[in-house]
Order: sequence, then C-alpha cells, then structure tokens
Amino acid sequence: MAILSQEQAQAILQKVLSFSTADECQATLSGRSAGNIRYARNAVSTAGKSDNVSLAVESRFGKRAGVATCNQFDDATLKRCVQRAEETARLAPEDPEYMPLLGPQQYLTPNAFAASTAADTADARAQAAADSIALCEARKLTAAGFLENSSSFRALRNSKGLQAYQPDTYVDFSVTVRTADGLGSGYAVADFTDVKQFDAKVLTERAASKAAGSVGARAIEPGKYTVILEPAALVSDEGLLNNLMYSLDARSADEGRSFLSKKGGGTKKGEKLFDERVTIYTDPTNPAAPSSVFDGEGLPVKRINWINKGKVDNLYYSRYWAQKNNVAPTPFPGNFIMEGGTQSLEEMIKSTQKGILVTRLWYIRGVDPQTLLFTGLTRDGTFYIENGQVKFPVKNLRFNESPVIMLNNLETIGKQQRLGGNLVPPLKIRDFTFTSLSDAV
Amino acid sequence: MKRRDFVGLTGLAAGSLLLPSIPGFGSGLLVTPERLLEPGLDVALKKRLADVALNAAKSAGATYADVRIGRYLNQGIFTREKQVQNIASSESQGVGIRVIANGTWGFASTNQITDEGIAKAAQLAVAIAKANSKVQKEPVKLVPQKGYGTVSWKTPITQNAFEVPIAQKVDLLMETNAKALAGGASFVNSALFQVNEQKYFASTDGSYIDQDIHRIWPTFTVTAIDRASGKFRSRPSMSASMGLGYEYLTPSAKEKIAGPAGSDVIGYKQRYDILEDVTNATKQAKQKLTAKSVTPGKYDLVLDPHHLGLTIHESVGHPLELDRVLGYEANYAGTSFADLAWKAKNIPYGSKQVTIVADKLQPGSLGAVGYDDEGVKTKRWTLIDQGKLVDYEKIRDQAHIVGQNESDGCCYAQSWQDVQFQRMPNVSLQPGKAKMSVDDMVKGVDKGIYIAGNGSFSIDQQRYNFQFGGIVFYAIEKGKITGMLEDVAYQANTQEFWNSCAASCDESDYRLVGFFNDGKGQPGQSSAVSHGSATTRFNGVNVINTARKIG
Repeated sequence: MAILSQEQAQAILQKVLSFSTADECQATLSGRSAGNIRYARNAVSTAGKSDNVSLAVESRFGKRAGVATCNQFDDATLKRCVQRAEETARLAPEDPEYMPLLGPQQYLTPNAFAASTAADTADARAQAAADSIALCEARKLTAAGFLENSSSFRALRNSKGLQAYQPDTYVDFSVTVRTADGLGSGYAVADFTDVKQFDAKVLTERAASKAAGSVGARAIEPGKYTVILEPAALVSDEGLLNNLMYSLDARSADEGRSFLSKKGGGTKKGEKLFDERVTIYTDPTNPAAPSSVFDGEGLPVKRINWINKGKVDNLYYSRYWAQKNNVAPTPFPGNFIMEGGTQSLEEMIKSTQKGILVTRLWYIRGVDPQTLLFTGLTRDGTFYIENGQVKFPVKNLRFNESPVIMLNNLETIGKQQRLGGNLVPPLKIRDFTFTSLSDAV
Repeated sequence: MKRRDFVGLTGLAAGSLLLPSIPGFGSGLLVTPERLLEPGLDVALKKRLADVALNAAKSAGATYADVRIGRYLNQGIFTREKQVQNIASSESQGVGIRVIANGTWGFASTNQITDEGIAKAAQLAVAIAKANSKVQKEPVKLVPQKGYGTVSWKTPITQNAFEVPIAQKVDLLMETNAKALAGGASFVNSALFQVNEQKYFASTDGSYIDQDIHRIWPTFTVTAIDRASGKFRSRPSMSASMGLGYEYLTPSAKEKIAGPAGSDVIGYKQRYDILEDVTNATKQAKQKLTAKSVTPGKYDLVLDPHHLGLTIHESVGHPLELDRVLGYEANYAGTSFADLAWKAKNIPYGSKQVTIVADKLQPGSLGAVGYDDEGVKTKRWTLIDQGKLVDYEKIRDQAHIVGQNESDGCCYAQSWQDVQFQRMPNVSLQPGKAKMSVDDMVKGVDKGIYIAGNGSFSIDQQRYNFQFGGIVFYAIEKGKITGMLEDVAYQANTQEFWNSCAASCDESDYRLVGFFNDGKGQPGQSSAVSHGSATTRFNGVNVINTARKIG
C-alpha cells in the first residue's frame, strides 16, 4: 500500500480531520516504496526493498502546536494519533513564531512520476548490476555500485481547506570502477525520473574508461589552475553548488551571520555577486528535472530566480520571516537549474590551453561560513589538459575554494545535464585553488 | 537538490517543527514523552518471537540466521535564545532478520511484531539470499561463534534521561542560553539529544541477548557578530556525546581538566558543566572576532583530546575498517591506503609514541555495549603498537580473510530495519607513560599552536591527505601561550602526521570525545563512536590560513 492514489490519500486525510477538536489541524500522509541493490568486488553485496507509509498530524490550540505520527490507518489508530497530537499541543509552550495554517492554494500540475519506474522489479535491478559487473570483468576491472529505484507520494490536507497531492519516482545510480592493481579509479553517476532512460552499461563504460585512463597519475605542483568541473564535481549531497544554494537563507543574512550579510547591517540581496552569465533558478515542472510543486507546509513552489545574471534576486524566506519583513515567502525548492551554454565537454576541453579536468569532488566541508570557503579533494578521474587535449592523468588534489569566488572566475559554461534532480552545466573556471597533493586513488 | 534534502528540510507538517537528521528520528514515530518510559516487550515474549524467526528461516532453507527485535527511543529538545523551538520524542519498533542460504546473505525487516509477520520476513530474507546466490562467486564463511545462552547487558547509567521531567531539561537549556546572552552573545542555539536502544538478539548459534543501551548529547552554539565590520564567529560546545545517562549533566570538579595556562580552555571527562562551558564559549566567540589571523607555515601542534579524537577517527579509525581495506566501500566511503599489501611492508604508521587500541568496553563511551549485532561479545585489542600496524577492525565474515578465527565484535546496524555491517569501534590513542601535564608539554614548544575542539574536517577516500580545523586556537611562543589565533587549519598526510607525534600527556589528561553520526554504507547508516586520548604534540605540521576576501 506504499503508493496511494490522490483519492485514497485524501479519503484518509479527510477522516483524520474529522477527528480533530483543535483550533487548526493539518495532516500529511507520505509513502515511499524503494528497492536497491549494492555490489562491490564484482559481486552483489546487499539488496533490499522497503515500503513505508506514515501519517503526521499537527494540531494547534492558539499558538501551541503538537505533532504525532502513526503508520497504521484503521479508525482507532487514526483517532489516537489525533488525540496524541492534541495532548502534545496543549502541553507545548506558545510558539512566538506561530503562523496560521495556509488556506486553499493553486498548484502547478506535477510531472515527476513515471509509471515505468514505479513498475520496476528486483530482477531488473539485478540485471543492471550483472551488466555492470560483466562489462568490468571482461576488462579485468573491478566494479562497485549502487542502484536504487523509488516511487513516493505526499498528500496534505488541513482544516482551512488546503489540499495537495503529488506522486514522484526516482532512479539513482552510481558506479566506481577500479583497476586490478588499484592504481586507477573512475566514477559515473546519474539520476532519472523515468527508468527507461537508465542504462547501466553506458554509465559503467564511462567509469571504466576513466579508471583505465587514470593509471600512472603524475604529481603536479599544487596552486591555481584553470579547471573544467564536470557536473559531479559541482553537485552531490555536499557539492559546492548545493552548498551555495543551501546558504541563501534570508534570516541568517538579516541576522548578520551569512556570506550575504552586509557590513553595518542589511543583506546583499539585489547585488551582483557573480559573473553576469550565472543564472540559477527553480522550476518544479521542468521536464528534464521535475520536482515538488509544493513544500512541506503546502506553499506552492513555482518558477523563481535565485541568481539572475550574476545578481542575487531572491533569498529563502520562511513564512514567519517573510511576514516579519513584509515580503512574500519563498518555499525551499526541490531542484535548481543553472542556465547552460552550448559547448559539449569535448569542446570545452578542445578550447583549453592548459588546465585540469575534474570528474568529481569529494569530502567537501565548510571551512569559513563568512566567505563560504570549502575544502575537499578530487577523486576518480583527474586529468591534465594541454593544447586542447587530455594529456595524462594527475594525482588527486585538495582544494580550498569558495563557490562565490569560483562563479566570478568563470571562463565557459557547457551544456546542461541532470544530476541530483537538478540541471547543471560543466564549468570552466580559472584560478581554482589547489593547496596540496594526495596519493589517494 | 536530491529529494532527500528536500524531505529532510520540510518533512513534517509544519516548517516550524524541523527535526535535525539524527539516527532514529527518521524512521521513528512521534510519541508522548511518557511513552519513552513504558516497558517494551517482555523478554520471554521476545525469546519466543525470536525462535519463530529462527525456525521459519531454517525451515525455508537457511543454514544460519540471526534476528534482532529492536525498540529505539529518542528525544530531542531544541531551543534558540529565549524560546523552545521543538521537543520531539520518537519510538521505532520492529524486527530485522538476517540469514545465510545457498552460502549467500539475505536480509528482511518488518514492523509487524507478530508470529505471522516475523515468519514472513524470515522467509523473504531466505528468498532474497537465494536470488542473490545466482551471482555469488564465493560462499560466505563465518568464523565460529559459540552461543552464550540467555544473557543481558545494560549501559551502567545512574539516571535515565527520559525520567527527568522535560520542564527541568528545558530550564537547563534556557539557563544556558541566558548565560550566553548575558555575556554578550548575538545568538545562541542549544539542544539535548537522548537515546535508548532496547535490542534483543538471537541466533542459530544459541545466543539470546537482551541489551539496554543509553546515550546522551547536550550541545550548543554561541555566535558573536560585529555589525560594524560584518564579521561573525561561532563557538560550539566542548561537550562530548557519551554512553551515559542524565548524570553527565551534573558538574563535578574532578571530571574537569584545564588546558594550558593562558588558554581559558576547560576539558570535560565523564561529567559536563554546560553553564561553565557556555560562559567560556561566549567569551571566546567574542575574542575570535579580533584574534590575530595566523601566519601560514610549519608549527608544532599541541592538540587537545576533543580535537584529536576526530583526527584519530578519520586517519586511523576509518582506514583500519576491514571492509574498506577489502573494497566493499569503494563506491561511497572509499578504500584504504593501509591495505593488506601495505601492512605486509611493515612501514611505520606512526612514531614509537603511537599505540592505538580499539576498545568496546570503555565506560562512558558511545561504543560500549556487551555484544555486537551478530552476537559477538565485545573486547579490547591493539591496532597500532608503538607505531606499527598490527590489526584491523573485523566482523564474522571477514576474519578468515586475514587468517583469524575470531570476530572483533564490530558488526552493527543503526536500527532494526537496516542490515548490520562492519562499523568502527572506539579507537583511542594511549596516553604517555611518563608524568606530563599540558603545561609541561607547552613549556617545551618554541613555535606552536594549541588547538582545542573539533571543527572543519576533510580527508581523501584512501585516508592519506587531510585538512582539519578546530574550535579555538592559541599561539605558543617560546614555551608560553601568547594569545588567540584565527583562520587556522592544518594539512598533513596520515603517515607523516602520526610519525611526527612527539609525546602525549599522561593518563590524568585522558578523556573521550564522541560522535553520534559516523556515516557509511549505501543506503547510508549512522553509528555512534568515541575516541580517547590525552593532549598530544605533533612536530612541524603544515598550517594554512583560511581567511579569504569575497565581494
């Protein structure tokens, strides 16, 4: 029962609200059905499947709120869940940042669900892993990878008349291929809404060539280099662009503890902080990277510019902070899209005199929130470019760099690709700061 | 952004009630605080249910099976300045069953704690094992493990944190915030996390193990802002997450240890003084705004245990995990420079001063439990002996690969619904044998930096090259602390760094630092682990300046 239809979900939520005796009540029903397979050393190591549906009920008396959750949906359990939320609310302190629940909203029509992904099977996942392994075994390479397919839904309903529902599907795949002697390593990663677009062989092939090509890496002197950062070097759970997007919070900026805070007070909203070719926006119904059309509170997510031609156009305002500052709230988005250029990665390499091609950046950690300085390392395919050609693999390097500085030192923007549910182009950056060498392969 | 980021930020009905992502909250159901004190299933019932699982697995064709019936309880209290942001109590209960069939692992879990639900999950685990055996090349080989019969273990706590009224805990955090604001802090956040894992384990080897594990983590962050210059600095708490009850929050003079003269640093052992620490934090956050920016170069580093614990974690704890060494984590966490071929070369990991032990028995540590999640009694063993790598961190299906016939008890899952796999034990640097205080150590340093507290950290996927920051930094000139520094980070190579280890203070300076959220695996799992050390000196380490100019 992991994926409920709009009618099924709203019927449960309607019943939940009918049990409420609170001033306000909002109920959220969400479910996820996910299957995964993990392999390493050219063999499957684990495989699993999980199905979860859970209900969260938030009840409010005046400015006091309480939340309770349950994962069974008979009348008695639903009633108890509502009661627990109400008991918790009565005992809670008043919330000085209380905001009334939202009333009915208009949402875009979501397009983030593909039936083919929802119908995917364990056999198909095992076949993908087998294909990936077979390709590597034939070349005496070693594969380690992870594939997860999921379908999910979220439905909201509240006592003020708000109703929302969206189903989603997601395919997440990554593979690391290493040479038998451990001297070469390559990586490929991709995600899709529709599993029909996924091809384990193509991605494994890419990781395998990077692995074979990175044997015999040479040491180069750390320092400032022109780099071509592939999308996986820009976007990951901890990526430089993700971290930039996480840092656009209005409240921290207003409070004086953000790179967007201004000397003497105020924020840098409206100022040009990046190269004028940098435009980053959210579009929840972009067909190549669709995401949620509403946030957890039920606020509609619509197309919004965050950075427009190098200028900071918008910051995230929670409903409370927006009201306090008399601006419209901006829901935290499900994706971001960086405007791309026309050059392919190959063309970007061709137009490079001297530089470094970076497949992936890893173990990225904040060093100084004042300047958004981050450190981390290259991994799984780092190559020296000379006169428009990849010449030889180089040893991995540690960087210390700020995305703010990086997006000012922009040379070329490539063609967009999807990664992590976003659209991101590869970027050519000058004076990217590497501070030391690593022996890691 | 990936969907999980999005859900993590807005997963609850209201944005004002955000939960941080700490283990347990993700899968748990929100309950009333009273529920956390209600007893779980009776142990006789758990034994009966465990036998249902084991018998169902065997009938379906398993040659080995283990079952974990888990109840995971969490409570988090979150505040900022003068307000409570959230109080959340959660409970997660269910059964995880792991089997070997056709020489291959299979796993399944269920929250249906009934004979029927459990038998079905056991059969599913066997079916998954059989399906995966088609691509299996070598059968799983377990080192022998004797059954312990019916046994139990409990974290030796004085006071269950769930028994302390919420009002009292909120008052302590609000008093903490009030001290910070009175001291001139611009902002302060504080939080208290409490964990109780009630785990029942049984296996076809004949063990029935009941465990009751308690952990606690009080923490805060003080922020000071100079509006005129636009500069802001934070100073987080120097508490540790510990395997203790609420007694950790009762200050005790004998559990405190001062840093070097002139540093204002106070370290905490088995008891923490949150009000004293927040007072110091506020003072130090303000000092950081005007502290001198470090001149890059080579320095002798004097590292306090709260700081050094994270360096040990990243540069010793992780590279000696045998699953990384063998390549099982290649696609995510990475592999290790210290592989079997490297070990055979007898290259020194560190100087003669460096003896590092793994220890799952240490009182107050996060890793202290009686038995691991595959029914192996925990122990203490040596990883690095006077600079030489002698052993790894292993579980039952790995020990034979390094020619051993005993597991180290390192197999854990973050909850009943996740499969257990190899996790880091407490890994600790042994203190110096000669009597030496921190002041004695600083006296001998001509040009150095004293670093306390763990800050920014990053290391490569084979654990060679790392860069670590800290919380507070003090210049040492000609044997004396001469003032605070800022913008400090050090970069080193694991082997060079540990070979530059010159001396450790004696046992009286030894203390633990702990981490609730050591991440590994795909899908990711969290694990709790502590690291002990005394203040230690490293010679000639490369220090960089992290200050930059933007816009």
